[in-house]
Amino acid sequence: MTQSGESGEMFQVRVHGRGGQGAVTAAELLSIAGFDEGRHAQAFPSFGSERTGAPVVSFCRFDSVPIRTREPVSEPDALIVQDATLIHQVDLFAGLAPQGYLLLNSTHSLAELGLEEIAERLPAGHALTVPASEIARRNLGRPLANAALLGGFAALTGQLRLESVQDAIRERFPGAAGEGNAAAAAECFAAVEEATGVTRA
Amino acid sequence: MSGPPKADGAADAGTRHQRVRFYQVGSHVVGNRLLDPEQRTVQARTDRSNTLTCGHRACRGCGEALGARYVLDAAMRASGGELVAANATGCLEVFSTPFPESSWQLPWIHSVFGNAPAVASGVAAALRAKGRDDVRVIGQGGDGGTVDIGFGCLSGMFERNDDVLYVCYDNEAYMNTGVQRSGATPPAARTANTKPIADHPGNRFGQGKDLPRIAIAHGIPYVATATVAEPHDLERKVETAVGMRGARYIHVFVPCPLGWGSASHDTIKLARLVKETGLFPVYEAVDGEVVGVSKIRRQVPVEEYLKLQRRYAHLFGEHGRPDIVERLQAGADRNIREFGLLDGDEEVQW
Amino acid sequence: MLRQIEGSAAIAETVARCRPEVVCAYPISPQTHIVEGLSDLVRAGELAPCEYMMVESEFAAMSVCIGASAAGARAYTATASQGLLFMAEALFNASGLGLPIVMTVANRAVGSPINIWNDHSDSMSQRDSGWLQLYAEDNQEAADLHVQAFRIAEALSLPVMVCMDGFILTHAYERVDVPSAEQVDAFLPAFEPRQVLDPADPMTIGAMVGPEAFAEVKYLAHAKQMQALDVIPEVAADFEAAFGRRSGGLVRGYRLEDAETIVVALGSVLGTIEDTIDAMREDGVSIGALAIKSFRPFPMEEVRAALEGAKRVVVLEKALAVGVGGIVSANVRMALSGIQLHGYTVIAGLGGRPITGASLRRLFDDAVADRLEPLSFLDMDWERIEAELKRMAAGGRSGPHAENILREVGIVAGGSH
Repeated sequence: MTQSGESGEMFQVRVHGRGGQGAVTAAELLSIAGFDEGRHAQAFPSFGSERTGAPVVSFCRFDSVPIRTREPVSEPDALIVQDATLIHQVDLFAGLAPQGYLLLNSTHSLAELGLEEIAERLPAGHALTVPASEIARRNLGRPLANAALLGGFAALTGQLRLESVQDAIRERFPGAAGEGNAAAAAECFAAVEEATGVTRA
Repeated sequence: MSGPPKADGAADAGTRHQRVRFYQVGSHVVGNRLLDPEQRTVQARTDRSNTLTCGHRACRGCGEALGARYVLDAAMRASGGELVAANATGCLEVFSTPFPESSWQLPWIHSVFGNAPAVASGVAAALRAKGRDDVRVIGQGGDGGTVDIGFGCLSGMFERNDDVLYVCYDNEAYMNTGVQRSGATPPAARTANTKPIADHPGNRFGQGKDLPRIAIAHGIPYVATATVAEPHDLERKVETAVGMRGARYIHVFVPCPLGWGSASHDTIKLARLVKETGLFPVYEAVDGEVVGVSKIRRQVPVEEYLKLQRRYAHLFGEHGRPDIVERLQAGADRNIREFGLLDGDEEVQW
Repeated sequence: MLRQIEGSAAIAETVARCRPEVVCAYPISPQTHIVEGLSDLVRAGELAPCEYMMVESEFAAMSVCIGASAAGARAYTATASQGLLFMAEALFNASGLGLPIVMTVANRAVGSPINIWNDHSDSMSQRDSGWLQLYAEDNQEAADLHVQAFRIAEALSLPVMVCMDGFILTHAYERVDVPSAEQVDAFLPAFEPRQVLDPADPMTIGAMVGPEAFAEVKYLAHAKQMQALDVIPEVAADFEAAFGRRSGGLVRGYRLEDAETIVVALGSVLGTIEDTIDAMREDGVSIGALAIKSFRPFPMEEVRAALEGAKRVVVLEKALAVGVGGIVSANVRMALSGIQLHGYTVIAGLGGRPITGASLRRLFDDAVADRLEPLSFLDMDWERIEAELKRMAAGGRSGPHAENILREVGIVAGGSH
């Protein structure tokens, strides 16, 4: 049960994808990884009935104290975008915090996607594209980028250790699928580290 | 390849002109130029009603969207466009009416999950009371809404012989809520609450309702089954049904790639295979008696059909269940016997 | 064991540990993951003996529970929204027969217009069905309330609804300490029904009762709910002793000491409310919250005691009694009968519209400054409403408002093309 409020350090993530791409699972895995690291974590989707291809948004919050609020994440500290075709269809960047992070799944650069302005708004090294679908295809055989992007998120924000992300992935996907997804996460982690020049412990 | 649609001087009331592009894809279905225009399907006509118009949000490969389009365009043509639809809650209702848009080009009402047959009856009664029974009524829903929660109302509609054509789009589970088992889920199929855990083979055998037969048992004027693989057959049945009065029922088999774990490009193939295996007999009945069956062209073992769907994946491979596949084959064989689905077979014998 | 788990999964596991012998499942968003989870547990042999029945409608689901409970089995089902309404007749029947069925209601709006998102319309519509209604603030409490619910139900021979906000709680991943089988077994004795269908001792259940006795029978149902006002806190206290955490009870106060303004609410919105209250307290505002955990029976004395010292009370509700206004606030006013204070009813979150901390802050600031109307609606698009009302007054076509609003938005397909 909730306790009287203490001030914590909340970090809020918003994941954008399409039905069938695992945006909801991504947020859940983030929350499990956070829990495994001893933090409070809350994950939930924006909801709808079953349908592939529809824009889907999911949310994850981390904090050092119990999380009581239930509202959707309107001011994300980090955005994970699983599908670049959402760029002109959905207001992806609404409320993105001034010091926030953006990780976008694409083989194109942010400039090529017409997103330089967003990138410039954010601190250097906070906004990136990463070819997560290709990384997933290499490691998994399928272009399912959701788990790979979580590795990228870990490297980009430093909010989670790669190991925590991989443990959560393996717990959710047994066997070969788990290993493939974990490997994809590691490759994406490395790719982001290289792109930002920031190495996470 | 057809060019831009020509104005059809004899356009019927209720059909609409539209730009339709046809792509020759090697199928026998759409735009068969060897057929007389009169023999082509409604779908092949550029002046079809397009009653379920584009912009709806169905998944890629959705069999129900296809089935609804075939049925309603045929019904609109047969009724001269004088048609009202009552729709149950479900995938069709949800993907066709995403706020604030609607894909329907006919008067359409959605009430609740279990009352579509009764709502349709109500519409028909009102039209009759107003002297407008030239306007026809179609009730429609998925298998969940028809076979389960709507069953009481459906039976009532049959029993009263209300002037309603009810169409069930059967994708064999509650799809819109996440693929849960319905009374139409076939044996051994995996759904979200009939998982193959431990020894359980997915959905249990011996359950499920054969709604076409139940409809026949009600003695209503017309009952038919059809699939989305054969639009000529489906359209003819719709046309026949619309040409009659009283309670009529058409049960359409519609694959669901998302719920079945099948490839979105296999929808029509699966509909063809389900008939060719004998798992889904295609027939029609008038006044309580089967009057015609659509014979199997080339019988196919059930495995060929099952293997294309992840909902049956647990029956194959390392921990496969050949015994269950055998039982499913036996079920198909029984249908073949009972309905005389192979050439040279006796007539229907239940 | 403490786990990061989806709310529905926590409920499924917890309910399984309560050893229901008959579980009925009819799927409706957003309860589906609960009944799916229970299916898996039964199939895996982890919940046994248990008959898991996939029924053909919610009316059938409650009816199966009625038969099962009358035959002496611990019975459980879950539903929401339209499903709850579809079983309405059976709800009254179950409570009238005194059957201790436990049901999860994954709170969801009621159509028309059809809406799958959260509000309290469904359970509020059945507040007088004779069922107890307990409301969970978070998934830990939701899980805990099920354990308590079976005990309360069986102690009183009354059915219990455990209400948890659909999607917001059911589909949220957060930490839950899912009780172990041993813990639940120690807390929840085996079901020993007061009357049961048994060939060895035949009894007639469900006879017709005429004017000569109906009133007494009905009063006894009311008397049992009054007894629940004692049983619920007792069970909550026992639960705290056994499990080491507070869950349930009748009401819970948050920073009520010397609060001049008190916000009253049910369910998960209390989390966002508490965050807002903390921020306002830091700004020196004297404000607190009262969570109502048991809505039926309504804890008149506890609500009165909590609120009587305040200057103003804001009841924030997720349901609207069309033609009247607030539902919870009407009950709260009864509890405050004779006490002078400013009372405000705020309708919020209908059909799943998010209730944000920012909106609550503005609302509570307005309340503290007594700038609110007695009945108000949070974050309403008044322009759209004015436009529709004007259209109606100008003699526009009658018909469903939603469709007219769509027409204005400009995209209803009135014809082809």
